[in-house]
Amino acid sequence: MLVLFLTFLILRREDRQMEAKTREYAIIDNYLCIKMPAEVDHHKAAGIRECADKMILDDKVKNIVFDFEDTTFMDSSGLGIIIGRYRKISCFGGKVYAVNANERITRLLTTSGMTSIIEVL
Amino acid sequence: MEGNVINKIKLEFEAVSENEALARVVAAAFIAGLNITVDELEDVKTAVSEAVTNAIIHGYKECGGTVIMDAVLKRERKEACLLSIDICDTGVGIEDVERAMQPMFTTGLENERSGMGFSFMEAFMDKVIVTSSLNMGTVVHMEKCLKVYDKRQ
Ligand SMILES: Nc1ncnc2c1ncn2[C@@H]1O[C@H](COP(=O)(O)OP(=O)(O)O)[C@@H](O)[C@H]1O
Ligand SMILES: [Mg+2]
Repeated sequence: MLVLFLTFLILRREDRQMEAKTREYAIIDNYLCIKMPAEVDHHKAAGIRECADKMILDDKVKNIVFDFEDTTFMDSSGLGIIIGRYRKISCFGGKVYAVNANERITRLLTTSGMTSIIEVL
Repeated sequence: MEGNVINKIKLEFEAVSENEALARVVAAAFIAGLNITVDELEDVKTAVSEAVTNAIIHGYKECGGTVIMDAVLKRERKEACLLSIDICDTGVGIEDVERAMQPMFTTGLENERSGMGFSFMEAFMDKVIVTSSLNMGTVVHMEKCLKVYDKRQ
């Protein structure tokens, strides 16, 4: 009985995690919208990359929108994520956008020259 | 404590990526008592994050090791103090430091590194000095002058 209950709890938790994932990566028309985490660093980069690339392959995504609404910290690992995704979609004529970035992250993106490959809205 | 040293800490931690956040939070807490701007605080966090990430992924090739963060706060003048942070690893070392510090230079292309880490450190701190020798390790010494001063006074 206890085992059953525990399995139930674990399944429920996995459900919620799946739900969280789909909320973070949404496809609208041919735009893949990626909700960036609160802190974008090397530790978080691999996960973001993996999920984004899976969706790029699966769903014929053309353009990518990075949503920085929740992001309060980003280091140069974030630039690597953006450059990497840009390389994947630009050869098919796709565009990359950054939206809802706070003042500091907007400044980071512009001063590091990222605005030559992405549009900051 | 010696001379004009106000405070100092030493943090020793395993070279795993979880500790990137730990190191920058500790650095931020270390200077939180000062009356500095949010931007200055973020500058220090970003620089620490860059140096620690480099130790973990380049110095130790993501295979683990020990990273040490030494932070010292010194009184400079009445209304300013100097923060120095050393990030040390005993990893593979850097063959050509000058080249490594150039914007967009990276040996981590397959890992999607941007090569902008040292540029960020230099942009956000007042001084960055890198000492490294092959197979001995790397020390990144950073300094930042923090203007507004101690709330307690
Ligand atoms: N602690 C270190 N140990 C060994 N090599 C390093 C270290 N820090 C930096 N490097 C070298 O310097 C290069 C540039 O570093 P950086 O500017 O941070 O860019 P990135 O980390 O994106 O490659 C790295 O690709 C690496 O070759
Ligand atoms: Mg780096």
